[in-house]
Amino acid sequence: MTYAGKNIMHGRELIAFRIADQEFCVNVMSVREIRGWTPATPMPHAPSYVLGMINLRGAVLPIVDMSQRLGMKPAEPTVRHVIIVAQVGPKVVGLLVDSVSDILTVTDENIQPTPDIANEAEKGYARGILAIEGRMICLIELDSLFPHTESEAA
Amino acid sequence: MDMNEIKEIFFQECEEQLAELESGLLKLNDGDRDPETVNAVFRAVHSIKGGAGAFGLDDLVSFAHVFETTLDCVRSNKLEPTQDVLKVMLKSADVLADLTNAARDGGSVDEARSRTLIRELEALANGETPAAAEAPAPKPAAAAPKAAAPAPVVEKPAVNDEGFQPIPFSFGDFDDEPAAHYVPTCQVLFKPKKDLYAKGNEAVLLLRDVSRLGDMSVYCDMDALPTLDKMNPEEAYFSWKISVTTEKGEDGVRSVFEFAEWDCDLDIRTIEEDVVSEAADDEELPMQPVPFDLSILDDGGSVAAEDEPAIIESDAAAAIAAAETASKVAQVTSRAADNAKAAAAASAASAAQANQAAAAGQTIRVDLDRVDRLINLVGELVINQAMLSQSVVENDSNGTSSINMGLEELQQLTREIQDSVMAIRAQPVKPVFQRMARTVREIADITGKSVRLITEGENTEVDKTVIDKLAEPLTHMIRNAVDHGLEMPEKREALGKNPEGTVRLTAKHRSGRIVIELADDGAGINREKVRQKAIDNDLIAADANLSDEEIDNLIFHAGFSTADKVSDLSGRGVGMDVVKRSIQALGGRISISSKPGQGSVFTMSLPLTLAVLDGMVVTVAGQTLVVPLTAIVETLQPEASAIHSFGASQRLISIRNSFCPLVDVGRILNFRNIQANPMDGVALLVESEGGGQRALMVDAIQGQRQVVIKSLEANYTHVPGIAAATILGDGRVALILDVDAVVAASRGHSLRQDISLAATG
Repeated sequence: MTYAGKNIMHGRELIAFRIADQEFCVNVMSVREIRGWTPATPMPHAPSYVLGMINLRGAVLPIVDMSQRLGMKPAEPTVRHVIIVAQVGPKVVGLLVDSVSDILTVTDENIQPTPDIANEAEKGYARGILAIEGRMICLIELDSLFPHTESEAA
Repeated sequence: MDMNEIKEIFFQECEEQLAELESGLLKLNDGDRDPETVNAVFRAVHSIKGGAGAFGLDDLVSFAHVFETTLDCVRSNKLEPTQDVLKVMLKSADVLADLTNAARDGGSVDEARSRTLIRELEALANGETPAAAEAPAPKPAAAAPKAAAPAPVVEKPAVNDEGFQPIPFSFGDFDDEPAAHYVPTCQVLFKPKKDLYAKGNEAVLLLRDVSRLGDMSVYCDMDALPTLDKMNPEEAYFSWKISVTTEKGEDGVRSVFEFAEWDCDLDIRTIEEDVVSEAADDEELPMQPVPFDLSILDDGGSVAAEDEPAIIESDAAAAIAAAETASKVAQVTSRAADNAKAAAAASAASAAQANQAAAAGQTIRVDLDRVDRLINLVGELVINQAMLSQSVVENDSNGTSSINMGLEELQQLTREIQDSVMAIRAQPVKPVFQRMARTVREIADITGKSVRLITEGENTEVDKTVIDKLAEPLTHMIRNAVDHGLEMPEKREALGKNPEGTVRLTAKHRSGRIVIELADDGAGINREKVRQKAIDNDLIAADANLSDEEIDNLIFHAGFSTADKVSDLSGRGVGMDVVKRSIQALGGRISISSKPGQGSVFTMSLPLTLAVLDGMVVTVAGQTLVVPLTAIVETLQPEASAIHSFGASQRLISIRNSFCPLVDVGRILNFRNIQANPMDGVALLVESEGGGQRALMVDAIQGQRQVVIKSLEANYTHVPGIAAATILGDGRVALILDVDAVVAASRGHSLRQDISLAATG
């Protein structure tokens, strides 16, 4: 496929990543960078999926274990794990995933609605499902995974 | 530079002038009768008017003009600056500030108020004082010539080059003033200072403008002119004696010099017909009359470029001629020479003085963003330097290498750079305090109370970001203090107090922090009422046993108000939770102490900067934490004999015969589930603002270090017990302990587990 052949208007680019044996993807526009795992500083009183804070060139970045956040078992981070630095609303969050697998260009027709079997938790973040070459990839809406709240220290 | 930028600069200057104006008026109010203070006040209004005129801000111009006219009466001793007069003037200063803000932000102004004040100011200027009656003509006439003569600023071709469209302004109100019937003759002594020329003014042009007023004769006084070898080409040596017969009178002549007035010695007086000749022949001033070539003034229109060299040439020729004359005079009459020398010396001295003053107050205006960027960079530098030091220490077995010495120097330099950069943002709290003066006036007016605001330590310096965020909570608290703290004057009198209430605002440095105190001498907190209200609002149980201090602190609870009905202004307590939160957001603490019948004192302790912090790096449950050094009183190694169990789970440590509760930091932050053995760790004795002492147990102390504060809220959320984060030498994130929150938690208020799923968003 040539670049010109892509339908720019309706197509969108997604970054696919792997957690355990499942594949997920997010809009590439919200991804700022991808970096390797570095140990994070744990936060007191944090939910278990918040692994802690890392230093991203002078800024303090929270790291979220996507596996736990999506309701699966906690990750055991190794140097082979990957952090996707994503912009969610005004904040920047690091998403810990097993690996980044693909960059996809899809149109809206490629996205199937989330099947009925999904329970409320999965429905909450899944925006749809993509079927590509026999793979099933779940499209995640980061905004609903990490809704913006007003900072308390106003 | 486009028009908006020029305008922005004007508004920035306005802000400074307004501050100057207010402080000057307050000084006068305190009985200061220094003419320089009056001049400063006048100058401030005058500059605002001048700039506003150039930008066509008519409302601002007309108000400033009336204000200026009244101030001029004070300046010329026609109006005594009594308390009542100053009250009007202070209000006028407020309106002037409002008008300026409205012109900048496009907001609206209370027009009725400004109209009332215009009338009051005019009344003051016109005749409510006996002094004004003696000089009937000049005052009303003052406005007309000023309006007729276009402001010199507008005329400057340089401004036109910027694509600037001058907007003429008129004072319709004054046009119907009757013209003076007799034609007065003015005697003007005009002695430019060096600054006049430095600012691009040209004496010749000023003289030309005077010549347009009427018949003029000019004498140039060149006695001050030194010999050529001693002449500094940048100095001003000439002065002129002008006598002009004009219908516009003294004020008309003054208006010519309006924009040069501060850069020259100017003496204008109206003289009777028969005095003219006498004055012209006045021998008191040793004068070397030089025929003045008026023809060069007769170009009629704007300054044509080709005229410039001619003027300079003739000036130069005159200078040389004058120099020769001066030296001849020196040979012939020693008296004249002495005079000339004295004059030269005097002018040199005053020039030196002016230079000194200029050097002392030399400033540049810098965009805050640029400074912030610099501060961020220095922060990175500090972290990098720490990282470098750490890796060198790790890899260098013999600690005496030259690398180590170089690192030490680097460390010192970094520290110095950091201090210097921080100092750039440091500013006195004065502007915020001055704003409070206005708040007090307004609230006093509305509530009908008589209040005196005393400020102390207003030159105490603190980071600009802190100052900016201080204004809002302070305004709120001042309102509370006046509205609810102070009693009505009658009641005060009945209580045997001074009917005029006092609000004292103090700033001072204390151990690396700035402490701001707001004290009133009002009724103090009504504890019964507070307590009842807290019970009504289910904040405390009806039979709760609270200390006075605890009751006072209830007013910081959200939604708490002791005001029977919430007034327009505030209720003591309404929003005090907001005040507390905004102080805490600044890394500060606030406490209150109140004595019934004697008043309340709010004490705020704030960090000097929001960027760096001196901290003690400690280890807790395998984690590295930073404890702000300011909170730590001492560190100690607990001994078994000093630890005492108290009740089920409490443990106390005895320090010099007093018992202090032990707080396991690892436990309170949920880093571990069981309390660590105090003997294995180190105790940090901390003092929280108004919260007494606690011994915080940590596992080990790593050392003392300056850390760069990084916001947790930027990407995460507020974490109870944690003030902020920082980045350590190894590049890892460390948390900065919020000592006050930890101490509060140890007193039973749990660190709330309010971090939900949403918290990371």
